[in-house]
Parts: sequence; C-alpha cells; structure tokens
Amino acid sequence: MISEGVIELSRWQFAVTSLYHFLFVPLTIGLSFILAIMESTYLMTGREIYKDMTQFWGKLFGINFALGVTTGLTMEFQFGMNWSYFSHYVGDVFGAPLAIEGLMAFFMESTFVGLFFFGWDKLTKGQHLVVTWLVALGSNFSALWILVANGWMQNPVGAEFNFETMRMEVSSFEALIFNPAAQVKFVHTVAAGYTTASAFVLGISAYYMLKGRDAAFSQRSFTIAAGFGLAAVLSVIVLGDESGYTDGEVQKAKLAAIEAEWHTEEPPAAFTLVGLPDQEAMVTHHAIKIPWVLGLIGTRSIDTPIIGLSEILENNRVHIRNGMKAYGLLQELRSGKRDDELIEAFEKVKKDLGYGLLLKRYTENVVDATEEQIELAVKYSIPRVAPLFWTFRVMVASGFIMLIVFVVAVIASSIRKCRSEWVLKISLYSMPFPWIACETGWFVAEFGRQPWTIAEVLPTFLSASTLTEWDIILSLSGYIALYTVFLFIEMFLMMKYIKLGPSSLHKNRYHFELGGGDVS
Amino acid sequence: MIFDYETLRVIWWALLGALLIGFAVTGGFDLGVGVLLPFVGKNDDERRVILNAIGPTWEGNQVWFVTAGGALFAAWPMAYAVSFSGMYFALLLTLFAMFLRPLGFDYRSKLPSQKWRYNWDKALFVGGFIPALIFGVAFGNLLTGIPFQLENDLRIVYLGGFLDLLNPFALLSGMVSLSLFIMHGAVFLQIKTEGKVNQRAKKVGFIAIFLTLFLFALAGCWIYILDGYHITSEIFPNGPSNPLTKFVKRGPGLWLDNYGHFPELWVVPAAAFISGFIAMVLSRINRPGTAFIFSSITVTAVILTAGCSMFPFLIPSSISLNSSLTVWDSSSSQGTLNVLFWVTVIFIPLIVVYTSWVFHVLRGKITVEHIKKNNHTAY
Ligand code: HDD
Ligand code: HEM
Ligand code: HEM
Repeated sequence: MISEGVIELSRWQFAVTSLYHFLFVPLTIGLSFILAIMESTYLMTGREIYKDMTQFWGKLFGINFALGVTTGLTMEFQFGMNWSYFSHYVGDVFGAPLAIEGLMAFFMESTFVGLFFFGWDKLTKGQHLVVTWLVALGSNFSALWILVANGWMQNPVGAEFNFETMRMEVSSFEALIFNPAAQVKFVHTVAAGYTTASAFVLGISAYYMLKGRDAAFSQRSFTIAAGFGLAAVLSVIVLGDESGYTDGEVQKAKLAAIEAEWHTEEPPAAFTLVGLPDQEAMVTHHAIKIPWVLGLIGTRSIDTPIIGLSEILENNRVHIRNGMKAYGLLQELRSGKRDDELIEAFEKVKKDLGYGLLLKRYTENVVDATEEQIELAVKYSIPRVAPLFWTFRVMVASGFIMLIVFVVAVIASSIRKCRSEWVLKISLYSMPFPWIACETGWFVAEFGRQPWTIAEVLPTFLSASTLTEWDIILSLSGYIALYTVFLFIEMFLMMKYIKLGPSSLHKNRYHFELGGGDVS
Repeated sequence: MIFDYETLRVIWWALLGALLIGFAVTGGFDLGVGVLLPFVGKNDDERRVILNAIGPTWEGNQVWFVTAGGALFAAWPMAYAVSFSGMYFALLLTLFAMFLRPLGFDYRSKLPSQKWRYNWDKALFVGGFIPALIFGVAFGNLLTGIPFQLENDLRIVYLGGFLDLLNPFALLSGMVSLSLFIMHGAVFLQIKTEGKVNQRAKKVGFIAIFLTLFLFALAGCWIYILDGYHITSEIFPNGPSNPLTKFVKRGPGLWLDNYGHFPELWVVPAAAFISGFIAMVLSRINRPGTAFIFSSITVTAVILTAGCSMFPFLIPSSISLNSSLTVWDSSSSQGTLNVLFWVTVIFIPLIVVYTSWVFHVLRGKITVEHIKKNNHTAY
C-alpha cells in the first residue's frame, strides 16, 4: 500500500501545478479571441489604431503565453510521473482526448503563434488575420479536449471495466465526447476565460484613462473589453454548471456538499447564503437561508428534490457492499478461473467495483471487511463540506461583482458623461476577481470529486505512483521554487510593458514618444 | 473501417516512432541551437541572429514532444505509466530545463540589459543541453531495462533509484543524442545565417557529425555484449493487454536478434552512417540546405536503429523479466487504437502541410541588419 504521506504530497503537487497552470490559461483563451476581434476590426475599418491595439495586447499575450506553455508541459507528463496507477487504469479512455488535444489544438496554437508575432510584414493583412483566428481557435480547441478528459473524470460515461486487462476501456467514443458534464464544463470554462481576458483589458485601459494617456487607444480597448466581457460574464453565470449534476452519485454529492444540503428537503429547496457547516453533526450552524432558490438553480424546477448527503451516504453503503462482492469475484477471475457463470456474476456487480476499492484504505482484504471498516468507508465516501461551501461562494460572489463591473463599464463606454473616475477605478481594482473565481472554481470541481480521481471508479488514494515521500518533497519544492521565480519575472515584465503602454510599439505616436518620458 | 488488433498495435508502434522522430528532426535542431547559442554567438547581435533563426518556429516543433507524450498515454498507457514514474527524476530534470525555453525565447530580448540577456542565454543553453542529453539517456535505459515489477492488479512498483538511470551505457546513449542534436542544429544554423555565425556553425557541425557517427558506432559495438531481452513463450498478438502472461529471457547480444532474422534491417544503421557522411561533405561545400535533409535522415535512422533492435519490446524490466512491456501486451484496447489511428492519419498530414507553409513564409537568412531593423519586435 502507498503511504498516506505520498498520496497527500502527490495531491498537493497536482493542486499546486494545475492551479498555477490555470493562472495563465484563462488569459490565453480569452485574450487570443480579443486579439482576433481587434484585428478583424482593423481589417474592416482599415484604421491603423486597431493594428496597434492588436500588437500591443499581443505583446502582453506573449508574456502570458510563455508561462502557459511552461506550466502546461508539467501537466502533460505528471499523470505518468505521479499518478501511474491512474494512468494504467484509465489511460485507454483518458489518454485519447489528451492525444487528440495535442494533434488538433496544441500544434495549431503553437505553430501559428510564431507567425502571429513575426508574420506582420511577411503576410498579407488577410492572411495574418486568419493566423490570429487560428491561434484563438487552437487555444479554445485545447480547452475543449482537456475538458472532455476532465469531464469524464467527473462523470465516467462510455467506458467499461475489463477484468483481463484490469482497467477501464472505451465502449463508446460518442458518449465520451458528448458527455454532458464535459459540455457544461467547456462552456463555463471558456466563458470564464473570456471574462478574465476582458477584465484584464478593461482594467489596464482604465489605468491609461485615469492617467490621461493615449485616449483614443485606451477608450477603444475599453469599449471592446466591456462589451465582450459583459456577454462573457453573463454566459458564465447563466450557463452555470448546474445542469451537469443530473448524472452520477458523485456529482450529486458534490452539489449537496457545495450547498451544505445535509438532508433531502421538500422541493424546492432553500439556498443557504452563508453559515457554518459542521460535518460531524451534519448541520449548518447560523445558516441564513433563502427559500426556493437552490431548488430553482439546482434542478430548474420546483418539484424535483435535491438529494441530501445523508441519503447519499445510505446509498453508498449499499454500493460498498456490492463492491465487496465485485472485488471478490474479480480476485477469482484474476487467479485464472474463467467460467461463464463467474463472469456473468461479475458483470452484474462490476459497476460498484470502485466502491469496493474504497475499502482498500482500511483493509487489504476487501472481501471480509468488518462492519466498522465499512462504516469508515461510507463516511469517507463524500467530500468535506466546509471548504467546498466556502470556495463556491467566493466564486459566485466574484461572478456577481464582475457582472456589476461590466454593466457599469458598458454604460460608461457608451455614455461619455458616465466615464467618471470611480468607474475607471472600479474597473482597475476589480481585475483580480476573475482569477479568484477561476481558482476557486477548479477547487470546487476537483475537491468536490473526492475521494475519487475517477468518480465511483478509482479512489484517489489508489491512483498515485509508488514513489517515496522524499521524491515528492524534492519535486514539489522544485516546482514551487521555480514557479515562484517565474511568476516574479513574469509580473515584472508584465508591469513594465503595461506601464510603457502602446509606446512600447515604437510607432512614434504614443504617450512617452511625444515627450512624455523615456522609451526603452 | 477497423483494423485487426495485431495490425493496429504494429501501426501504433510505428506512429509513436514517427512522433518521436518528428520531434527529433524538428525540435532536435532547436535543442542543438540552444546548446550552440553561447558558443557560436559571440555578442548580443550574433546571439539574436541565432535566436531568431529558430524563434518563430521552435514552439510548434516542441509540440511533437508534447504530442508524443499524449500519444504514448493514449496508445500505450502502461508504458507511459512505467517510463515516466520509473524515470521520475530524469523526466523532472528535463521538464525543469525545458521550462527555461519558452521564457528564454520570449523574455530575453524584452529588456535591453546585457546582464539580463546573458543570463537568459545561459538558461537557454541549459534548456537545450539537458533535454538533448536525457533523451538519449532514456533510450539507453530502455535498452538496458528498467527496474520495475508489476503486481497482480497491475500496479507498478519501481525498485531503482535516480543513479541507476546513469549507468555507463545510458550515458553513452546520452552522448549520442547530444551530439546528434548539436549536429542537426549546426546544419540548420548554417542554412539560416551568414558571415561569422555561419562559419562557426559550419565548423561545429563538422566536428559534431564526426562525433555522432563515432559514438553511434561505439554504442553499436556495445550492443553485441549488452544484455538484450527475448520472449520465450508463445505470443498472442491479438490477446488482451496483460503483460503478466508471458515469459522473457535475457542474454548478451539478444538485441541483435531482429537483425539476424531480417538482415535487410542493416540498411537502417547503414543509412545513419552514409547520410551522416554525405551531410558532412555537403556542409563543407556550403550546401547546407541539402545537408539538412541528410542530417535529418541520420537522426531518423539512429532512432529507428534502436527501435528495430528492441521490437517488440517497449520497456523491458531488468528485475522482473516477465513484467516487461511489449507491443503485444501493453497497448490500449482495439477500439481506442482504431479511433486514434484515424485521428492521426487526418491530422499529421495537415500539421505537416501547415508547418511547411509557416517555414516557407519565414524562409530566408536572418542577418544582423534584420535584427537591427526589427529591434523591438525580434527575439
Ligand atoms: C480550459 C483550459 C485548459 C485546461 C483545463 C488545461 N489546459 Fe493546458 N493549456 C491550455 C488550456 C488548458 C491552453 C489555453 O491551450 C494553453 C495555455 C497557454 C498556452 O500556451 O496554451 C495550455 C498549454 C498547455 C500545454 C503546452 C502546449 C504547447 O506546448 O503549446 C500543455 C502540454 C498542456 N497545456 C497540458 C495540459 C494538461 C495535461 C492539463 C490537464 C491536466 C491542462 N493542460 C489543463
Ligand atoms: C483536466 C485536467 C485537470 C485540471 C484542470 C485539474 C485541476 C485541479 C485543480 C485546480 C485542483 C486543486 C483543487 C484542490 O486542491 O482540491 C486539483 C486537485 C487535484 N487533482 Fe485535478 N485537475 C485535472 C485533472 C486531474 C487528474 C487527471 C487527476 C488524477 C490523477 C487529478 C487529481 C487531482 C488530485 C489528486 C488533486 C488534489 C485534490 C485534493 O487535494 O483535494 N486531477 N486539480
Ligand atoms: C456566478 C455564478 C457562478 C456559478 C453558479 C458557478 C458554478 C460553478 C460550479 C457549480 C462549478 C463546479 C463544476 C463541477 O465541479 O462540475 C464551477 C466551476 C468553475 N467555475 Fe464557476 N460559477 C460561477 C461563476 C464563475 C466565474 C465568474 C468564473 C471565472 C471567471 C468561474 C470559473 C470556474 C472555473 C474555471 C471552474 C472549474 C471548471 C469547471 O468545473 O467548469 N465561475 N462553477
């Protein structure tokens, strides 16, 4: 058995590296699109200023993109490095979208990004625009395929366990690709990316306007960001992930945990705005509730109940007992016995095999686990509520803050009188919120899936590689040290170029070049 | 259309090879150029010439590496799991070094400071040197076998340490790949540059080709006495992927078995030598464009030589022989291999077409004047 320490450390390493990757990803996804919009405007109007906008925001895009690629490299290889049993157990399914992502998205994105920067005087205007669009398309395709993979971890459809190879194998590619969990994830995540990039462009443009610099340039950028951002944040909120919770026990447990819904309520359920969830007693202290709202957003109806955690625990007890049977039959099959009756009996219960594996945390000998061990496994079968409850609320709050900001910004960009100092200041200071929402969002999605890596199929504690604690302490400290240095360098360059603004293009028509200071 | 399982497994062995070769031929010269940067470029202008020779295209080239990783995961999940967790620190080191490349390329010339730029040059050197070396070290370890064992539930237990990876044969393989990529990079630089940089690249290229062929020959001789692996039980090329159902023996010279059975395979190592010599001559007489084609053939043939001697082994186990992974027992399911085959058949040609177009658009020599003119947009 792998030690607790190795598992904890592997989890930390995954969480650190993926959250770090996702600091850069949403900006790439969104900004590539905004660049394409700006350049399209350049082509339609023929006005140089839109070309300057594309090039300047493109410079910032490049600084961000470099770290997106750097941190993405880690992601591609760490499944094999740190999660080797996971890689074996689900590689047949999970690997496919990853391979397709490389072939279909990364190649496109990375091949054309070079031309985006260096092709300005080698391509016709039309050709360059196509290149820019291909970069944007590539980064959005990449999101699509990685989220097909990640969606499958949340809701593993279209795959079957094969006892001969001791792993999950694809039974339907269609189901894998059109997984509802993946679809809602894709829409929500790319819209989150558009929101992030819009807030970025909006905030920085507001900064120039506050400084009274490059008015034409910054106002146009501000307007594009405000419009695109409002549409994006509305999509993020309206097309929330709610509808993805219809399948699978785990998704239901996640929803119930997010809402601290301990027991199934009469529909439509009330929404707990804030409170202090207490997992032992299964109550939320000092809860402030809003009637009806949870039922409405969770099920989009007034008569479907939202399953509470205590009921999910009951169900899981049944699943676990079934899982013990499945595990016993699997042992027989693995030892070489192959009669049809045995196979048939196994096929009947194998969908609960994962629940049997949960018991491995408490006993090697799953088949005759004691009642006590079963109870421990049942308790372990749902995620911890308090962290999910809070991070979810942080994300939603950030979403609504962004909504207000973009509404105000759209008004300000169309009515000159409304472009007051405080509007600009709000736009500037609200820049961190989309990042906060993205990071907490991933926390909700991933922590809410615990204790599984593949929902109801493979527990997290079985997924890790057989490394030693010191191996991972070493690698984790290496990642943290390097990533911290990189982040400092990136922020430094970003700040420098933001301060320079479009003057950094050396076109002799922007602020510092007109006697406003030095240009390097 | 759906192929039978045996055919698909062989196809996927070939496709994985194709992706690795794709990386070695394109990303390989980028790595080589990274290693050469501080030596062939003596001042900032010259270094910028070198960087911009590969600047717009290295990113796409690197994706061959990423995609080979993804394809290994999808088509040979067990091999992905064993090799990456087994060679944990080797891979970690490679990743850490590769991190320096996107940053080095993108950030280096964004500030005018000499110190800033020269530090990034060192980073780019490391970012080329370590991956180029470890690429070969990893191959060497595949040939000597990795100390892992599979349990009955197919959990992988790794029983070696980092230093095991640095055995003498693996280090020799590392030297082969390092000089191979330096050779390839030097020839590419010779195409893209003029004047002093061009002359220096030409000189280094000559030495690197010579060294590559010498080290490759040395490794070839070593193979005669090195322990190879061989399946002794019956093979079921259409069977389910369970590595624990076969018997494997080990013995000196077994890696030459395939060459014994199919003498025509000797064409492959021969091609490495012949095209290496041709590349050397062409580079001498200032025909780097054609020389590059031949150095690409050398790169390809070196990798194929190793592949042909190992087939059907992917990753032999040095401590639990029967746990070794082979083409017949560690692939994905037939359905997955089939779907991915069609995806690959559609996308690889497309990628080759648009990559060629990009290279075509960016053709021509990079000169110091070019850098001076594009001072603020060039790398
Ligand atoms: C929703 C979007 C999204 C998510 C969830 C992830 N990524 Fe990512 N990734 C991108 C969106 C993205 C991107 C937008 O396409 C990036 C960011 C910046 C960039 O250069 O491309 C990228 C870059 C990137 C690269 C570098 C590609 C190159 O060289 O061009 C790799 C190898 C990965 N990612 C791999 C992963 C893996 C294995 C993930 C999962 C565990 C993952 N990413 C999560
Ligand atoms: C599609 C790609 C994925 C993304 C973007 C992603 C993202 C994240 C994020 C943001 C976290 C932090 C949340 C937290 O700390 O709980 C996290 C945690 C984690 N992820 Fe994922 N993940 C992905 C795929 C995977 C895969 C394939 C595995 C399985 C091996 C995995 C295993 C984990 C584990 C074990 C943790 C730690 C969870 C915890 O400590 O609670 N994730 N992931
Ligand atoms: C305001 C209303 C919002 C709601 C109701 C909402 C809902 C959710 C839910 C339920 C999840 C978990 C999905 C799962 O595990 O299946 C999630 C994840 C996530 N959220 Fe939000 N969210 C909101 C706003 C935002 C905003 C404003 C952003 C960023 C700008 C954001 C970014 C993310 C990201 C990146 C994830 C992880 C990927 C995913 O699972 O889709 N969210 N969101």
